[in-house]
Amino acid sequence: MIAITINGKQREVAADPDMPLLWVIRDLLGLTGTKFGCGVAQCGACTVHLNGEAVRSCVTKVSRAAGQQVTTIEGLSKLNDHALQIAWAELDVPQCGYCQSGQLMSAAVLLRENPNPTDQDIDDAMSGNICRCGTYPRIRLAIHKAAELQREGAKS
Amino acid sequence: MIVLFMSSAVILSFKEEKSTFNYTALPKDSVASIAAFKQVYTVLMSARCMNCHPSGDIPLQGDDNHLHTMFPKRGVDGKGVYAMKCANCHQPTNTPGLHTPPGNPNWHLPPADMKMVFQGRTPRQLAKQIIDPKQNGHKDMQKLIAHADDGLVLSAWKPGEGRKLPPMSHAAFKKAWLTWLKTGAYAPAK
Ligand code: FES
Ligand code: FES
Repeated sequence: MIAITINGKQREVAADPDMPLLWVIRDLLGLTGTKFGCGVAQCGACTVHLNGEAVRSCVTKVSRAAGQQVTTIEGLSKLNDHALQIAWAELDVPQCGYCQSGQLMSAAVLLRENPNPTDQDIDDAMSGNICRCGTYPRIRLAIHKAAELQREGAKS
Repeated sequence: MIVLFMSSAVILSFKEEKSTFNYTALPKDSVASIAAFKQVYTVLMSARCMNCHPSGDIPLQGDDNHLHTMFPKRGVDGKGVYAMKCANCHQPTNTPGLHTPPGNPNWHLPPADMKMVFQGRTPRQLAKQIIDPKQNGHKDMQKLIAHADDGLVLSAWKPGEGRKLPPMSHAAFKKAWLTWLKTGAYAPAK
């Protein structure tokens, strides 16, 4: 058994230590918000947080997450009210939606480390998350919007 | 005859090296030193070494040294930025399969304040850069010698599936590296 803390809950999974974390999250824990795109760290659809970093769960063995904190899109906020989620809904960012949980998890690391990102910072943070529907312009706008919300929230 | 003498001297000093890792200088010999560096240079300029010593802030990728797809950036500490940190994809070990991220627990580029660029350097420029503590990560002779067995250096010889190896074995590289350093670390004329 491998113990991981997922979205704040302690879980034990019967998995081979080499099993990709993505398999554990989707198939063993039933959290299907995280998506499988390429399986080889090329697209970003499977991005989750491992101790706060935006790792690609398709190439991350579950053994790397043993005893660590994993956050998936389901755990990004308690009430779906992370500044990014609010901005995403307001600007209707998703098209098909497939890439979007990965986009949000990556953007969340950006906003945590840089509360006021420029367009360049957004490119630097998000260039590894591919969107086949091409929602990039709305993603960029929504990150700016979320940064604004976050700053207002911090003031009030 | 001289060649024979030189190589046996090197081998003797290797034996010493293993147990104590002390820096034992050989007689200065600019010819042997430069010849050894020319070998070293072919390794340092191979994809496995140069790809993480780029002239810009984006690492290179592949045997043809193209810019790393997704354009990950060096960052201040050489470990990437935001959601694009090296270790987000590069695991402690190689990921199996073609076109998957190679791995090492310490995967990173040189930091922003010490870029240690290989790409575009001539043999002379690179030799001088490597022995200059202001440009080599503050390495003295001992540390340069030890660097031949650094974990990331060694990982060049375990590059993951489908990637070309450096042009000689690690043992041959280490021998050339030590010969270059111990015979005076001379820089080629160009
Ligand atoms: S599924 Fe993991 S990066 Fe594409
Ligand atoms: S919204 Fe369809 S792939 Fe991004």
